Amino acid sequence: MPMERILSPNDPITAPKMPSLPASSTHITGTSVLAIKFKDGIMMAADNLASYGSLARFKDMQRLQAVGEHTVIGAGGDMSDFQYIQAMLDELIIDEFTAQDGHSLGPAEIHEYLAQVMYARRSKMNPLWNAILVGGVKDGKRIWKINLVLPPRRFLSFVDLLGTTYSASTLATGYGAHIAQPLLRTAVEGKEDILTAEDALKILEQSMKVLYYRDARSIDKYQVATITARGISISESRRLETSWSFAEGIRGYGAQTQ
Amino acid sequence: MPATISISQPQQRQFNPYSENGGTILAIAGADFSVIAGDTRQSEGYSIQTRYAPKVFQLTDKAVLAVNGFAADGNMFVKKVRQRLEWYRHAHAKDMPLRAIARLIQTMLYARRFFPFYVYNILGGIEEDGTGAVYSFDPVGSYEREACRAAGAAQSLVQPFLDNQIYFKNQTAAPGTSHPVHLPLSTVLSLVIDSFTSATERHIEVGDGLEMYVVLAKGSTAFQTLGGVRGIQELTATEDGEKVFIIRRELKKD
Amino acid sequence: MFRNTYDSDNTVFSPQGRLHQVEYALEAVKQGSAAVGLRSKTHSVLLALKRSTGELASYQQKMFRIDEHVGIAIAGLTSDARVLSNFMRQQAMSSKMVFNRPIPVNRLVSTIADKAQVNTQEYGRRPYGVGFLVIGQDQTGPHLYEFSPSGNSYEYYAMSIGARSQSAKTYLEKHYESFEDASLEDLIRHGLHALRETLQQDKELTINNTSIGLVGPASAHETNVPPSGPFRILEGDVVQPFLDTMIPKDTGAAAPAPAAAGDEDVQMAG
Repeated sequence: MPMERILSPNDPITAPKMPSLPASSTHITGTSVLAIKFKDGIMMAADNLASYGSLARFKDMQRLQAVGEHTVIGAGGDMSDFQYIQAMLDELIIDEFTAQDGHSLGPAEIHEYLAQVMYARRSKMNPLWNAILVGGVKDGKRIWKINLVLPPRRFLSFVDLLGTTYSASTLATGYGAHIAQPLLRTAVEGKEDILTAEDALKILEQSMKVLYYRDARSIDKYQVATITARGISISESRRLETSWSFAEGIRGYGAQTQ
Repeated sequence: MPATISISQPQQRQFNPYSENGGTILAIAGADFSVIAGDTRQSEGYSIQTRYAPKVFQLTDKAVLAVNGFAADGNMFVKKVRQRLEWYRHAHAKDMPLRAIARLIQTMLYARRFFPFYVYNILGGIEEDGTGAVYSFDPVGSYEREACRAAGAAQSLVQPFLDNQIYFKNQTAAPGTSHPVHLPLSTVLSLVIDSFTSATERHIEVGDGLEMYVVLAKGSTAFQTLGGVRGIQELTATEDGEKVFIIRRELKKD
Repeated sequence: MFRNTYDSDNTVFSPQGRLHQVEYALEAVKQGSAAVGLRSKTHSVLLALKRSTGELASYQQKMFRIDEHVGIAIAGLTSDARVLSNFMRQQAMSSKMVFNRPIPVNRLVSTIADKAQVNTQEYGRRPYGVGFLVIGQDQTGPHLYEFSPSGNSYEYYAMSIGARSQSAKTYLEKHYESFEDASLEDLIRHGLHALRETLQQDKELTINNTSIGLVGPASAHETNVPPSGPFRILEGDVVQPFLDTMIPKDTGAAAPAPAAAGDEDVQMAG
């Protein structure tokens, strides 16, 4: 049976009930998030801008968030939905912590949980309008028979408003998926176990810069999260060093001489 | 109708709960074996999301399920099928037979007739009588048992090739001979690999990696064929029954 | 049969501060045939005595698989056990669905303990008439828990429940220090010895009346066990090699301690 027949929006029987969303369903939005694997863990970056349409509305938005001891999430899309997700995950982590039984949620578990929530909301036709990266490092499985603990494992995965998930050694949301992802793949693929934190930072910095030059909804102020077996650190906001002097000579940028 | 009206109408943005994530799956049944394969690329539009996202899943020692279409639905569907199989194990202390899994899948798909799982399923494995089998489904549960089936982005490229090579469509047997009913495993594996390398050449959504699951009936002679296969890995959970193997190959990444 | 004044409603305390209905439920556990559980550094095992209602009847089911990594042995009302084990299976599956993580064994036991506690406090309910020994393995290793209708749950090195389980307990208390480093075969042998203590005078352990449940890597006597060492139940012929490892009882020794009995002096657990 062709899918058109199965899903026909005109067929009164088959058309799923689609509640209409307001003209602009997303008000305050964040742009790309980038993340890569490196030797000791995961590094993630996102800028501090929350836009209101084309207005640069909030310039100190935190789009990276630690979830427990082993995980960081970074989100693009609707910022109010993201803050709702943050509150939800905080509660989850508190519940897990208060059990005090030696078990804790790692990045893989948090990603699965998030994916289930996102998929459930899309299935109710009321999605959480985000694309989220989940990165982290958690100690590997313990093999009790020979009393061996496997080395810490890196985890990096994506989930979006449809509940779509995937993982790779480099991930990017929004414009980053088009502009930064090719750069990240070239810089990282095959070198995941070699790159140092310093290398990783340089790679992300470079990609953030390219995005800032081309993505009109980006800003030159951003944060970087580093997750290793030793823990999580999310940097203070930092500035991108950019140069616009080249614009002088470009028609349409600087003062026109003719 | 004047153009002004359409401009003044309020814009309604509709949320589309579906996406298409590309890729292709295929399965071929032999006399006493079954091969179920899929590429590992996951894409959306012109973007490759990842080069490794499995679309083929081992359900039991005699059943393997390939899912293709909307990846989120596909993953959820496999999870739900696995849960049902677990309840079956609790109740009966054995794995569900293949034909029963096929009927289960049809029921689960049709239960969502008015908000379908946007997934094309192909189930392959070994029946209780020891024969290799392939079941193919449409997204709302219509299904049949076949000897071979391709689905997904490159279905239109691969299926005619299989029709020609498996069913011998448009081929005339040499005088005094007839076409074989079942092909040997070595031939089937070659056909699968050729299908995917060809689909990779001609379809932008196919490529990166290939995963082929081989399910052998108890005591299948096709076991000898697998001895020399490069990079093969056995996944069988228990001895003394059917055997499951996975064979991985690289596909072009452009 | 006996009767107490404050026993018709489980939500009412007796003047001695006891909930008689809960204590009767604990009695129901003691009426069931015995189950024994032991734990080492690498394995947890369950051993249970199956009863048959007669020559013509089959043996009762004493063990249930809950998930890949968890299983239980029961003593008491089998029908109540089926309800509770079904609930445990749901919990285990939900953990896999939501977090893609096998449920930690202690949390699974807590959920049924909480469920049982509700029945000791809400009007119009009755406590479950069944006790469990729960074994499982998770990130923190192999475990053994006891669950009882009072809503209590405890972790143990070794434990027994059911009819004449005090005799098994006495054996376990004598030997438990060696369990930690014991091989799987030794652990099971200790379990069988403990279970043997609960038998009536003229009975012995056979492949028909003995169930073995375990988690952890395969024993030398097992075939077909995946390397992860999931929960499995051994019954029938495959039990024989383990029975063969048993050391015959010293018949000259003093009779085992009598099982705790007597309706009047039941102590509420915990």
